[in-house]
Amino acid sequence: MRRADMKAKIIVTPKKAVLDPQGKTVQNALEQMGYQGIGAVHVGKYLEIELPGADAEAWRKQIDDACHKILSNPVIEEYRFVIE
Amino acid sequence: MSDPAITPELVNKHNLTPEEFDKIKGILGREPNYTELGIFSVMWSEHCSYKNTRPLLKTFPVKSPRILVGAGEENAGIVDIGDGLAIAFKIESHNHPSAVEPFQGAATGVGGIIRDIFTMGARPVCVLNSLRFGPIEGNGNAANNRRLFGGVVSGIAHYGNCFGIPTIAGEVYFDPSYEGNPLVNAFCLGVLRHEQIARGAARGEGNPVFYVGPATGRDGLAGAAFASKDLTEESAGQQRGAVQVGDPFMEKLVCEACLELLATDAVAGIQDMGAAGLTCSTCETAARAGTGIEIELSLVPQRAAGMTPYEIMLSESQERMLIIVRSGREDEVKRIFDKWDLPWARIGQVTDTGRMVVKHHGGVVADIPAKKLADEAPVYHRAASEPAYLKAVREFSLAPVPVSSDPAADLKHLIAWPGLASKNWVYRQFDHMVRDGSVVCPGSDAAVIRIKADSLPIGAAAASAVADKYIALTVDCNAAYVYLDPYEGAKIAVAEAARNLACAGAVPLGATDNLNFANPHNPELFWQLQESVRGLAEACRFFNAPVTGGNCSLYNQSPNGPIDPTPTVALAGLIEKPEHITTQWFKDEGDAVILLGDAVDEQDPLRGLGGSAWLQCARGLKTGSPPRCDLEKERQLHNALRGFIECGLIKSAHDCSDGGLAAALAECCISQQIARDTPRLIGARVDLSFGLAAAGRLDALLFGEAQSRVIVSTAPKDIVKVVERAKILGLGAAHIGTVGGAELAIKAGDWEGKWALNELHDLWWNAIARAMGDHKTIETEKARNP
Amino acid sequence: MNFAVLQFPASNCDQDALHVVQNVLGHTGRLVWHKENSLAGMDAVIIPGGFSYGDYLRTGAIARFSPIMQAVREFAAKGGPVLGICNGFQILCEAGLLPGALVRNRSLQFRCEHIFLKTVARQSPFTGKIEEGKILRVPIAHGEGCYFADEATLAQLEKEDRILWQYCDAGGQLTEAANPNGSLRNIAGICNEARNVAGLMPHPERASEAILGSADGRLIFEGLASWLQGRMAQAA
Repeated sequence: MRRADMKAKIIVTPKKAVLDPQGKTVQNALEQMGYQGIGAVHVGKYLEIELPGADAEAWRKQIDDACHKILSNPVIEEYRFVIE
Repeated sequence: MSDPAITPELVNKHNLTPEEFDKIKGILGREPNYTELGIFSVMWSEHCSYKNTRPLLKTFPVKSPRILVGAGEENAGIVDIGDGLAIAFKIESHNHPSAVEPFQGAATGVGGIIRDIFTMGARPVCVLNSLRFGPIEGNGNAANNRRLFGGVVSGIAHYGNCFGIPTIAGEVYFDPSYEGNPLVNAFCLGVLRHEQIARGAARGEGNPVFYVGPATGRDGLAGAAFASKDLTEESAGQQRGAVQVGDPFMEKLVCEACLELLATDAVAGIQDMGAAGLTCSTCETAARAGTGIEIELSLVPQRAAGMTPYEIMLSESQERMLIIVRSGREDEVKRIFDKWDLPWARIGQVTDTGRMVVKHHGGVVADIPAKKLADEAPVYHRAASEPAYLKAVREFSLAPVPVSSDPAADLKHLIAWPGLASKNWVYRQFDHMVRDGSVVCPGSDAAVIRIKADSLPIGAAAASAVADKYIALTVDCNAAYVYLDPYEGAKIAVAEAARNLACAGAVPLGATDNLNFANPHNPELFWQLQESVRGLAEACRFFNAPVTGGNCSLYNQSPNGPIDPTPTVALAGLIEKPEHITTQWFKDEGDAVILLGDAVDEQDPLRGLGGSAWLQCARGLKTGSPPRCDLEKERQLHNALRGFIECGLIKSAHDCSDGGLAAALAECCISQQIARDTPRLIGARVDLSFGLAAAGRLDALLFGEAQSRVIVSTAPKDIVKVVERAKILGLGAAHIGTVGGAELAIKAGDWEGKWALNELHDLWWNAIARAMGDHKTIETEKARNP
Repeated sequence: MNFAVLQFPASNCDQDALHVVQNVLGHTGRLVWHKENSLAGMDAVIIPGGFSYGDYLRTGAIARFSPIMQAVREFAAKGGPVLGICNGFQILCEAGLLPGALVRNRSLQFRCEHIFLKTVARQSPFTGKIEEGKILRVPIAHGEGCYFADEATLAQLEKEDRILWQYCDAGGQLTEAANPNGSLRNIAGICNEARNVAGLMPHPERASEAILGSADGRLIFEGLASWLQGRMAQAA
């Protein structure tokens, strides 16, 4: 197994304009359970990619490219990530 | 890492009795080590060995000229359907895993039964399920029941839909006895040519043994043993961490790859790794072939680091197969599994020693005579005694039960009662049409699937200039009846299933049963099992539907008590010609409504209300002796009905069961669904006055559940033919009304009930969605405008 | 006509599409494995339904990187007709060959049932055999079929008459209740600018024989075959 020295932690969320029935359902459930005053809920995805080495900068471009090409769909999703 | 010492406590923890432990020592000629103890404990669990039920199962009829692989021989039975084609089918439970984690428990149940079918060399073509939960309406425990129900349905949907197999029929009931211990029984049917039958035998000394599929992890460690214990809160909590996770994507690939490999003739034997994974598959294949098998665990692909031999042998990681390959043909395995990007590993070979030898990095960690381990589990003849509650059941009479003051309202309540209501909330979540074979979809008495050339495993298509075949399928069990009279109730389960097939135009081919019962050590509960098996065996023999295999799930009880005994029966039948396929809903205005069978069973003092849905729903009583099942009469009915269908006389046929005549008539009027939000409603005007005197009371006439009755509709010109011919055949038959209009009207003496069809349909169609709290809320919410 | 039916790992409507093309319509066809990279000799491409790659990450997200998809792009660029059904529609959107995306049904549940379809644009290789005003009855079976695109894209689709099918009721009305998944503008199927690449969520291959309850879907395949004939006649 390859050594994992760092991790890319990626969060993918639905764009604000896209219908998010999952988020809406969770919001309704929270309100019904008595959590008052909460705002909209958005349900997204969290990905963790194990990376060898210590050069976070070198990885940043590749991870960004992967996020754009495959890990998210720019039509409906946004992403952000950190490498640490 | 050293293994724990073998102490009496450890033996007890493995659910083995001191006597069983002595027997193990006798077989080995020494004390078992820790790994061997684990191996024996799973192989000798009820789930794998049927040690409590084997004597009973021997009483089932298992033979017919159509049986190609019989009960107990292999993973599933196989039945000839003509023209060189055959079907393989089986039902299996995943009750305890579903109680712990409903989504994954149900999903892996579906995965397991699909593997049992393609292991036989058959292409899986459809699945069914039989589900039981606690009540889902209201507050309190209902919330948890809804969670389990919703989770199980999504789990089945997830696995079946992704795999790409239609979930074409099923049944769902709700009763307090299933609270905390839901039942999830999954059935799968596959198709193959006779010469494609694969065997789970480790044949040919020196043949290599391959492991294919995903790596082994610590999932579901000893699930078989877990399924063979009472479910307690503690056990549920402990097991949650170990629940197996299903991967239908992987299963689809494994299935396609295995069928492709089987077409090459490179395979000497094949078996899936289900309960007790590697243990069960290695010792059973060796035992079947009378050979030995030797494997090296360090070669087994592993997902977790530092797994012990005990863990590897007992893991229930899903979607794995054991394949014994003909020597010299190894490259074909590699080629095909590489094509499908599937992991594979050669882990051992077949030997002539008769022993199952397991090594880890060269050292022997288990060495057991395979046949003794697989086939010589202890057998117990458990004590049985009639349960005390049955005395009150038999003494129950209708005298103190108030006669219905508003039968029109009672029918509305009945058809909206979740057990009776439409199950579209469930089956609209299942892909029930993939594979282009679903001729009758869920919602009629029996589903009908078309078998065509491309339904077969590859390698057969070329040789298949055969006509399409039509198989009818149903799964049934009214567990309230079984609780109130296990023998009669079990007979009814089979009779109703056979009646459903007859209504579709089919002749039974074979049966598979799932015996869901409680703790067999309790003589009263064991009596339920024994009597049920007696009823099932008698009825299956009667309808010429041999049992081709099945599953026993005992220990179904939660801290609240045992479940109602639930011997689920699935029946497969053959429809000779497509024009004989019949559905339950009324077709055309002006058609005649005819009742085949007697309106009332005058020999039943409860007039069909014992254990009935009406008594439960309208009076809150689950008691009274259930309706009687006269098998001879039932068979006459089926034969006559099929005869009429084959002569083209019948436009619709609907079995009369839960909710009696009134509910059946309502279903004939409202159950045809054209498309989303578009039912086809067609009314009827019916007069049941002729049965009132015999029934004695109106509610018994409308809602009594006397057996051996079917509502059919015919063109007006055929009324006399049907009624007269039925009478000649010694069958009750009455022309009771006419199809047409926008309402259902039933007259009985001075009383007349009228129901608007759109109201009945809404109550019936949306009842479960309402109980689940998502009726038309999320479904129609406006999409957010960007 | 010679039809290619693409086969990805866990495609599961591939046999159904091939069945209709070969056994119902009498054309030739073959399954094309996703690792192949040529569509030579093929007249039309069907990307069938299923759960390619388990639908992991997103529906169709991984399939679009398969070698065969490069061949599909080239095939489409030359004007060859490509029809994506259900998961095939999702793959085409992910691949950028069709605009928009398919997201989770607003009910959050998988839906399998017959729906009614109104054919909007009749000028396409896929809709030419559908009579004006004819409402099709075809099944759906998906968990992620809610069509989404931004307002500008929707406006463009409408302006260019690229909405092929919309969910409607039995009378052809575009009601909320008839929309099974929450798709914007009740969109069930669209085509690209050149009109030779189309995708739809419903399954016409499950509604091409009377014994399965509807033969309406057959019109789509017949339309495609007749369009191909016309194209060949022109070329000749």
